[in-house]
Amino acid sequence: MPRWGMAADLDRCTGCGGCVVACHAENNISTVGDDQASRGRAKHWIRVERYYEGEFPDVRVKFRPVMCQQCDNAPCEPVCPTYASHHTDDGLNAQVYNRCIGTRYCANACPYNVRFFDFFNPSWEKPLHLQLNPDVSLREVGVMEKCTFCVQRIKSAQIGAKAGQREVRDGEIQPACVQGCPSKALVFGDLEDPESEVSRLSRSPRGTKLLEDLGTKPKVAYLARVSQT
Amino acid sequence: MSHPTGAEMNRDLLHPLFNTSWRFWLLVAVFGGVVLFGAVSWATQLWLGFGIAGLNWPVYWAFYVTNFVFWIGISHAGTLISAILRLVNAGWRRPVTRCAEVITVFALMIGAMFPIIHLGRPWLAFWLFPYPSERLIWPNFRSPLVWDFFAINTYLTGSLLFLYLPIIPDFAAVRDKATGLRRRIYGALALGWRGTPKQWHRLETAMSIMAVAIIPVAVSVHTIVSFDFSMAPVPMWNTTIFGPYFVAGAIFSGIAGLLLAMAVLRRFLHLEAYLHPVHFENLGKLLLVMALLWGYFVFNERLVTYYANEPAEMAVFWSTQSGAFAPLYWTMVIGNFVLPLILMGIRRFRTITGCVIASIGVIVGMWLERFLIIVPGLSQKYLPYSFGSYRPQPVEIVITTATFAGMALLYVLFAKVVPIISIWELKAGEHPSPSLIPPATEEHRLGDLHL
Repeated sequence: MPRWGMAADLDRCTGCGGCVVACHAENNISTVGDDQASRGRAKHWIRVERYYEGEFPDVRVKFRPVMCQQCDNAPCEPVCPTYASHHTDDGLNAQVYNRCIGTRYCANACPYNVRFFDFFNPSWEKPLHLQLNPDVSLREVGVMEKCTFCVQRIKSAQIGAKAGQREVRDGEIQPACVQGCPSKALVFGDLEDPESEVSRLSRSPRGTKLLEDLGTKPKVAYLARVSQT
Repeated sequence: MSHPTGAEMNRDLLHPLFNTSWRFWLLVAVFGGVVLFGAVSWATQLWLGFGIAGLNWPVYWAFYVTNFVFWIGISHAGTLISAILRLVNAGWRRPVTRCAEVITVFALMIGAMFPIIHLGRPWLAFWLFPYPSERLIWPNFRSPLVWDFFAINTYLTGSLLFLYLPIIPDFAAVRDKATGLRRRIYGALALGWRGTPKQWHRLETAMSIMAVAIIPVAVSVHTIVSFDFSMAPVPMWNTTIFGPYFVAGAIFSGIAGLLLAMAVLRRFLHLEAYLHPVHFENLGKLLLVMALLWGYFVFNERLVTYYANEPAEMAVFWSTQSGAFAPLYWTMVIGNFVLPLILMGIRRFRTITGCVIASIGVIVGMWLERFLIIVPGLSQKYLPYSFGSYRPQPVEIVITTATFAGMALLYVLFAKVVPIISIWELKAGEHPSPSLIPPATEEHRLGDLHL
């Protein structure tokens, strides 16, 4: 059974936001408009966090792409009263939209704040409604949604591999953010396979986990910047 | 003060049931109007989407959950106060118990609405029931929300029984006085009560069992409500003190709610002969004890956090002590600690007016306490990039107001159909009979109450 994980090389991340756009397009994440966004209702399954160091003009910006960390020990899962938030066999934190009743407890329990609530029914300005991805279900008002590691792409690659009677090759599955990253800062793959690139990068001495001390055992490794002095 | 005789008690306490003044209809119209407005607001929220509330990323719980915890807290008035006073056989409890038990039932009903109001898809709330579904899915028993569901239902069932049992003889008293349809309804509610020694004995036994049984249920309910917060890894939520802290706060706000209800009843139903200043004074002393206990818990919670100096928790800590939430925090400290300490601690101020002012302070303070537990922790959770804030929107304020009006409305209606002071218990206190009162207990007579 694979164990999907990701590595984000902060040395390569330029903070361009390409991953955010790719994710929105792939996963049918509705945009909410400026008014709602200014009220804190924007939904970005992946976001680029910006932290500033130093005083002007001597400022350094640090970027950190943050998506669902797909924790092995996820705080969002036990708190859900209906099993909408649950752990799959291949280690993903799945969110079953149909089963979600919208207690929003999972979002409170998540230390990374990567779960988003649909405050209204989604809508797209024409002609954007024509670009929706048919592989991803739309979410109605009142449910939580979050990064799935593009589970539709994982499933599709697995089915393709099974049809070709072979294993899924390393690098064959690319979530939208990985595919959209121009500087190749994001790498996705199977952490069970010690030869995969994501395993190799996760073992790097530069590797850290976000808020690791909370004991959530995240599956996303961040490779610290070395260019920084 | 003269002792009301049995006939006078019947006359005074059954009076509101048989005579309706225009003031009753005015109260029903005003409170009912506010409740209706609240219902319309909720319907609007359902129709337009949850977004008309002020919740946002990352503050996903705020007013609605505050109201939930607050009303479940108020509900501890009845059970804990009335059950404990019954168990220790405090004579002065007699005119007080029913007012308290009613608060429990109504506050629980109001509180239990909020987990549903706050749901994103409330029409699916029945998924919390462990019913045999065709998809063989059960609720997740690891979730504190499911524990809540069971705890609150147990408590509601228990407190309904606890309220109903001592009303049975009074239902019979109303039945005997009424005619026509009213006689038939109260006859059915009185469950064939005829006042035989066997019936009295069974009633006393059942009430003792319920009084003992309801106390652990009440304690566990608010502990489980506190688990909603303390189980989650949110700064300033994840603490072991929340169980007792919430229970103490619940009893605290419950006493305040009871004092307010008693003061209003005394004034509007002219119960001066039954609710004496000494009842307020005794409950005022309880309020003082709980204020001290509350202060101790808050001091503990704050000191431990401050001393440990953990960065994520300190962000929340300072936002309440001196940051954006500081005005609310210090209002809470004044309302919950300073005000009751002065008013209830100095004998001269421990009057009915003093009790009412202190109770209002405690009600406001305890509501703020719940708000300040929930919102600052969520708005400053670990990653500074995802810090947020919260501002309540009209729909939340209206629904919150409507719950207070709803409590008042239910109370007015209840006082209309049930004697709000237990007539038979008063009479039993006036004329202690060996079959009803344990012989070892010295009973206070209503007329000469001492401290």
